[in-house]
Amino acid sequence: MIIKLAWRNIWRNKRRSYLTIGSIMFAVILAVFMRSMQFGSYENMIENSVRFYTGHVQIHQNGYWDDQVIDHSMATDSNLLESLHQIEGVTDVVPRMESFILSAYGTKTRGSLIMGIDPQAEHGLTGLKDKLIEGEYLEMDDSSVLISEGLAKYLKMEVGDTLVLLGQGYHSASAAAIYPVKGIVKFPVKAQNDQSVFLPIPQAQWLFDAPELLTSISLMVDKVGHVAAVTNAVKSQVDLETLEVMDWQELTPELLQAIEIDNLSSKFMLYILYLVIGFGMLGTFMMMTAERQYEFGVMISIGMSRLKMQLVIALEMMMMTFLALFIGIGATLPGLIYLNLNPIKLTGEMAVAAEKQGVEALIKFSLVPEIFLNQAWAIFFMALFLGFYPLRSIQKLKPVKAMRGD
Amino acid sequence: MSIIQAQNVKKTYNADTIPVHALNDVTLNVEEGEFTAIVGPSGCGKTTLLNILGGLDDATLGHVEIDGTSITQMSDSDLIDFRLHHIGFVFQAYNLIPVLTTKENVEFIMLLQKQDEKTRDARGMELLTEMGIADKADKRPSELSGGQQQRVAVARALASKPKFVLADEPTANLDSQSTKDLLDIMLRLNEEEGITFVFSTHDQRVIDRAKRIVYLDDGKIVNDVTVKK
Repeated sequence: MIIKLAWRNIWRNKRRSYLTIGSIMFAVILAVFMRSMQFGSYENMIENSVRFYTGHVQIHQNGYWDDQVIDHSMATDSNLLESLHQIEGVTDVVPRMESFILSAYGTKTRGSLIMGIDPQAEHGLTGLKDKLIEGEYLEMDDSSVLISEGLAKYLKMEVGDTLVLLGQGYHSASAAAIYPVKGIVKFPVKAQNDQSVFLPIPQAQWLFDAPELLTSISLMVDKVGHVAAVTNAVKSQVDLETLEVMDWQELTPELLQAIEIDNLSSKFMLYILYLVIGFGMLGTFMMMTAERQYEFGVMISIGMSRLKMQLVIALEMMMMTFLALFIGIGATLPGLIYLNLNPIKLTGEMAVAAEKQGVEALIKFSLVPEIFLNQAWAIFFMALFLGFYPLRSIQKLKPVKAMRGD
Repeated sequence: MSIIQAQNVKKTYNADTIPVHALNDVTLNVEEGEFTAIVGPSGCGKTTLLNILGGLDDATLGHVEIDGTSITQMSDSDLIDFRLHHIGFVFQAYNLIPVLTTKENVEFIMLLQKQDEKTRDARGMELLTEMGIADKADKRPSELSGGQQQRVAVARALASKPKFVLADEPTANLDSQSTKDLLDIMLRLNEEEGITFVFSTHDQRVIDRAKRIVYLDDGKIVNDVTVKK
């Protein structure tokens, strides 16, 4: 009957309850949408960085990450690549040989990021093949290159044209070669789209005069939660005196920092929102308490313990806030699921701005449980904290005074 | 046997500023089975006396015993529990729980006493039948007349099988017929079941039917009459 009493009490003043539930509900909807969009954008940023470039874990020669020059390449063999494949949780092992070089065609030249890749493994990590807009994808034994669409446009090249590469190889060897363009790939991130050249690893090693050398090995892991375990497993397999093993957080500290700063500012906005809801809830709780002083007095008089009465009031408050919470979350879910599956594509200046920052021009919405759980906890603790007012009021209530209306 | 013993009870409000002596050395014994009216003009201390007898308010001085148990020094939680098991209350404004039905209101006290559902259900219906409002069992208080609500309040007061019932101006808001009906019920319960009633009133129709009349004035008992009928 205590639960029945609490539930019916909520509906004694329907208009007030609807207003309270409505205000909490809209705040929850707003907060959930806001956080989902933020988490979605963070996921997008991380995805861009991890999925399109770093991978979850990377192995390099000690010191390479701080000074990314070809002279810090590492010697590897096929046994290492094979043993990395065997680690539980590893889905892709992607070897690379990277450096900067001058690309030229006709009278145009541009500094480019040249990446020696294992075409199949690279596709597994970055989906490179899917980005092909012209020509054909690379094979390991090809003597040709893929170039990015922005670079092709700048150099005015087409598939079948010959690209001139000129630069410095391993330990100052000269690196010069010509390659036919086998295909053109397009990236959403402008910086990547304007300067990328891909060629098979054996060709890159030949070009840079660095046989059997790689600049990095990237690993993709099935779940982010397994990254630490995989990192440790890798560390146990390699010689840490010559090689360094870094996870994606170490590889992209500036990204994490940017996310953290953005998260802080949005948390601040969220706290302001909670403050507004909190005052609304406090107002309701105060009214609930004030208008029922007489009734509380009667109930204590006839023998209801203060604890039981506090339990009824606490139940009322919890029922009201959780009702609002569940309706709020329930109302946002269909929209969020749709937006999660169909991210909003940015156009115009916003798209340019996003690409300049190195992320895809998409507004993604996340569905991680944390978003919903955090709202539930926040509202729960707020109700718990604000609930002290009516509970304390009941604890201090003098039945005679309450019934006299003093 | 005295079910209520109040000795030299004093109650002073605003003791630190302008003291108001609501009760001044009141001594009152109520025997089991009495039907006692406490009467007097407004402000004479009737409600204060009932509140102190019911353990709702503290006496400034003096001592109150209910059924041999001193309630003067009892802690707040013990007093609430004591009231639940020993005293029934009927208030002027009925004070039913608006969100519960008539039957649930009556059963509520028994729920607080942790009685099982079967007992609650049987006793609830028995009391409503006794009050002549069994057909209103599923109605909310707002759907009942004042007289009917007060009958529910009496049923609620009796639900806990108390030692006695304290009623503060129980007929003040009732019309003549409802007053008569309520008094008939209270008297029948007093005579047939031996339930002790102590009520405050200044309603002559109630005073006329009381078996003992305690007159209060300026916080003092000025007369105490047992009516022979």
